[in-house]
Amino acid sequence: MKTLSAEHLLGIKYLTKEDISIIFKTTDNFKKIINQPIKKVPSLRDITVANLFFENSTRTKLSFELAEKRLSADVINFSAAASSVKKGETLIDTVNNILAMKVDMVVIRHPNPGASIFLSRNIDAKIINAGDGTHEHPTQALLDAYSIRERYGEVKGKKIVIIGDILHSRVALSNIYCLQKLGAYVRVCGPSTLIPRFINKLGVKHISNLKEALNWCDIANVLRIQLERQDVKYLPSLREYAMVFGINKELLMNLDKEITIMHPGPINRGVELTSDVADSGQSIILDQVENGVAIRMAILYLLAGKVKKNGK
Amino acid sequence: MGLFLILYLPTQMKHKKIIINKSKFNIIVERLSHQLIENHGDFMQTVLIGIQPRGTHLCNRIHQKLSSLLSNKNIKVGNLDITFYRDDFRRRKDPIEPQAMDIDFSIEGKHVILIDDVLYTGRSVRAAMDALMAFGRPKSVELTVFIDRRFSRHLPIQPNYVGQKVDSIASEKVIVEWEEIRGKDQVILLNSEK
Repeated sequence: MKTLSAEHLLGIKYLTKEDISIIFKTTDNFKKIINQPIKKVPSLRDITVANLFFENSTRTKLSFELAEKRLSADVINFSAAASSVKKGETLIDTVNNILAMKVDMVVIRHPNPGASIFLSRNIDAKIINAGDGTHEHPTQALLDAYSIRERYGEVKGKKIVIIGDILHSRVALSNIYCLQKLGAYVRVCGPSTLIPRFINKLGVKHISNLKEALNWCDIANVLRIQLERQDVKYLPSLREYAMVFGINKELLMNLDKEITIMHPGPINRGVELTSDVADSGQSIILDQVENGVAIRMAILYLLAGKVKKNGK
Repeated sequence: MGLFLILYLPTQMKHKKIIINKSKFNIIVERLSHQLIENHGDFMQTVLIGIQPRGTHLCNRIHQKLSSLLSNKNIKVGNLDITFYRDDFRRRKDPIEPQAMDIDFSIEGKHVILIDDVLYTGRSVRAAMDALMAFGRPKSVELTVFIDRRFSRHLPIQPNYVGQKVDSIASEKVIVEWEEIRGKDQVILLNSEK
């Protein structure tokens, strides 16, 4: 089998189409493994992984930790809230201290875009980007594309609209790169204030009307409004956003086809999605979470294969 | 020119020798099936597990044979992928491509027949036993191989049913070819030493 062309997973931008297909193929195998009675394999038993979360996370952190444990890796966890970062330690000092404890791989989430790229240049360990600010969130994009492939057989030729806060979303950027590399058509929908100015440069069109967007697409990937990243007001109120861009059952019933609803979580019920949509058969939100563990196992496994063996 | 060929050819060509031909091949599959029936009767409590990628061919042949010989037409059969259980991860130049794992039943309390084409160092079988335990606690595990390369084991593993024992050295390769893959049932001994 061919190996990944990349040494780290810093973003979808740095992966080739071939890399993505290797990751998907390996994920197929891990998906079978996590549905076995005993879900653990011994592949990474001589690998130590550090999960460095400088920003809050539930799903991604649990998913990575579970993936590491299912591969039998040793895991250490770190969250910025309860650490010396608060005492003024720099990122590189923090990570070097952790690496001195002989860590082979680092999973990092950081509020600053490019944090994982900075680490990969300065540190001798395999880096996996678990979200860096508003830049990229590659594992989320891979699991989204994998879930589409699982539902439709292939990603090529599918029409996907990403709805919501595109400006502050790392999920949106990674999804655009990933889906386009796999041959899908991507458009975005949301209030003009939350659409990046140069989105056209990525070959992505902006649709400002939600109904028009839903009519065009096969799959709607719905994002959360990231109030924590908004330092100025981009919208009058969440209530108004929900009225104009919120997806409800009635809207979906009036379409002449059945589209698939995706959401990377966490959902703000009643804002971007109503509960009856989020919990309907059209939604594959929980499949996305299940696939997340398998995708992360595949990435950890493939990158661990590149970790040098001691003494060689 | 002639002298050149005589001197040149032997150093470049691989020695290839057919050690089991088609008719003997079928006799061996038949014998292995009968030996299994002798010990496992109607196969109600016994399952067949082929080790991916090459053990599955022998597993399918034995399954076909058993189905034609026995009244039990629902003999359970599965394929086991051992990629993630191997002991040479990160020690090989190229990673091994994982194959499908198809075991859609529990092996809890069952007699399991592990099936592979060639038993050499015993490391694959070690990994297979590890992988197998993820599907339950079997009552017993037995090993069936088509070729047993004797005197080359790295681990204390011995087969219960053997198609043919072969004495070979490390530079030689024993390759079992299947009609469904290579168009011919045969076993060849390849000597790649110059």
